[in-house]
Amino acid sequence: MATQQTQKLARILIAPSIILLLLWMIVPLAMTAWFSALNYNLLNSVTSFAGLGNYRYFLSNPAFLSSLLNTLVLVGAVLAISAFFGVLIALLLDQVIVGRRVVRLMLIAPFFVMPTVSALIWKNLLMNPVSGLLAWLWRLFGLAPVDWFTQVPMLSIILIVAWQWLPFAVLILLTALQSLDQEQQEAALMDGAGPFDRFFHLTLPHLARPLSIVILIETIFLLTVFAEIYVTTGGGPGVETTNLAYLIYSQALLQYDVGAASAGGLIAVVLANIAAIFLMRIVGKNLET
Amino acid sequence: MGRITLEGVTKSFDDTKVIHGADLEIEDGKFVVFVGPSGCGKTTLLRLIAGLEDVSGGRILIDGKDVTRLAPAKRGLSMVFQSYALYPHMSVRRNIAFGLKMARMPKDEIERRVAHAAGILNLTDYLDRRPGQLSGGQRQRVAIGRAIVREPKGFLFDEPLSNLDAALRVQMRLEVTRLQKQLKTTAVYVTHDQVEAMTMADQIVVLQAGRIEQVGTPLELYQRPANVFVAGFIGSPRMNLFEGPVAKRNGATTLGVRPEHLRVQPGEAVAPAGCEAWGGTVIQAEHLGSDTFVYVDVPGIGTLDARCTGELRVQVGDTVTLLPDMYQLHRFDAQQLAMA
Repeated sequence: MATQQTQKLARILIAPSIILLLLWMIVPLAMTAWFSALNYNLLNSVTSFAGLGNYRYFLSNPAFLSSLLNTLVLVGAVLAISAFFGVLIALLLDQVIVGRRVVRLMLIAPFFVMPTVSALIWKNLLMNPVSGLLAWLWRLFGLAPVDWFTQVPMLSIILIVAWQWLPFAVLILLTALQSLDQEQQEAALMDGAGPFDRFFHLTLPHLARPLSIVILIETIFLLTVFAEIYVTTGGGPGVETTNLAYLIYSQALLQYDVGAASAGGLIAVVLANIAAIFLMRIVGKNLET
Repeated sequence: MGRITLEGVTKSFDDTKVIHGADLEIEDGKFVVFVGPSGCGKTTLLRLIAGLEDVSGGRILIDGKDVTRLAPAKRGLSMVFQSYALYPHMSVRRNIAFGLKMARMPKDEIERRVAHAAGILNLTDYLDRRPGQLSGGQRQRVAIGRAIVREPKGFLFDEPLSNLDAALRVQMRLEVTRLQKQLKTTAVYVTHDQVEAMTMADQIVVLQAGRIEQVGTPLELYQRPANVFVAGFIGSPRMNLFEGPVAKRNGATTLGVRPEHLRVQPGEAVAPAGCEAWGGTVIQAEHLGSDTFVYVDVPGIGTLDARCTGELRVQVGDTVTLLPDMYQLHRFDAQQLAMA
């Protein structure tokens, strides 16, 4: 068993990988912190110490607040869509239907498409106001086609991102549904519970834990959505679809202000951690047995 | 009231017929046990009665009313499952009350019934716990509590004790039987354990391969098995069954004799007039203290198991004579049915 010697040996053997991981994390973070304290512009070879100036600049930027709000809207909406429709689709896929395996595979496919590619497909093949499939569909019913990225830019982004992340939720929830005890359902049947009672009293509580996992994992990735915005709207019109990640990008690579972008990056880290703490408080208790 | 009648009930899964026309009359207040080897269709038959499976043919009546097409909850039966099937995220109280809540029963009536059931089952102190915090026996009691609060016409038990350890199983066996006698509610109980069947049942239904082989009280089945299968299945250790010249000499195709009806006499012995005496060699002797089970290899018959008192001292390799009780021989014909 775990004698002192084996513990010591274990520590020594683990140490290299731990140190490597630590460096992997600490070095970029430290560099970001250092850059954030500099007046550092890629168009200007002279750098100088700026103190907290970059932070003051980034936080007082009117685009900052709206990007924060956009981030929250995007994350919240995609989470809501993938949780609600995820449960619904998972329930459907759990039924015994013909060709169930093929349907499952097809439903999960969007998850394997690269964000850039899926954004391009949506932009050029589906949402294009002239040649897009949706425009054709609208015209079929005699409606004026919607110019998605101009009229409802945020909704468009939400749709694209939700389309990508819904399969993930379905996958996790479907697996959970398959582990639902059949005898419990039968016991409820004997107890006279109808389909809705069974769903709300048995299935939904059973899904609480996988739903928490879906929400936690998706939040982590949704906070940093970038490719979809870059490919479709470029953060516009104005700053309507600029989220925090995109704002930092535009600060660094459109305005070449590495200092301010680094400050923004650190602010994003702090905000993400705050969000994570809240999330763990709210949904984390579902993960305890 | 709870009279359950099966009329020619059949069940097929796809092309496989698993129940071949079951006719059965279960009288009100009786404790009926379905017993048989695994895969014999006993659980399927129970699920057909519960309404969890649709019958392929025949009718099921409860108190004379045809319930064949009725939803499970409408049949007025409640079921205790093998895995207990408790709702894991509900407290014991809510588990027991769930069926009543679904029936839109008034709150105070639910409370009264739950308290009553909890009192009977010694669960009063555990009402606010979750199933995960209970021991196996307590979970079992919650499952039973959930069944009794609905005051059903009948209980259906699907191997409810098979997940408990041996000591607890004996205790729960007593509790279930006592509870059923106290409530005077019809009970149908499925098990593969013939000891459970013998000790609990008013009436045993022996099933094999989807057919009802025999129905009767435990002692009837033990003393007058209707065929070779029942003879071999009921009783522990099992009855010695053999064919051959000795069986033919006694006017049967298959002859059966229970271990306790074989007297073991050391050495060689001559049969008294009109009796049988089978000489052989002891190949195994199990000394349990109270009893000794002696396995004797008899030429022309095979290995016979004899049960004798613990005082008898025999060893492997000894020559002994087995003297069967001629009044306790079971004779079966070529169709494997008991001969009158």
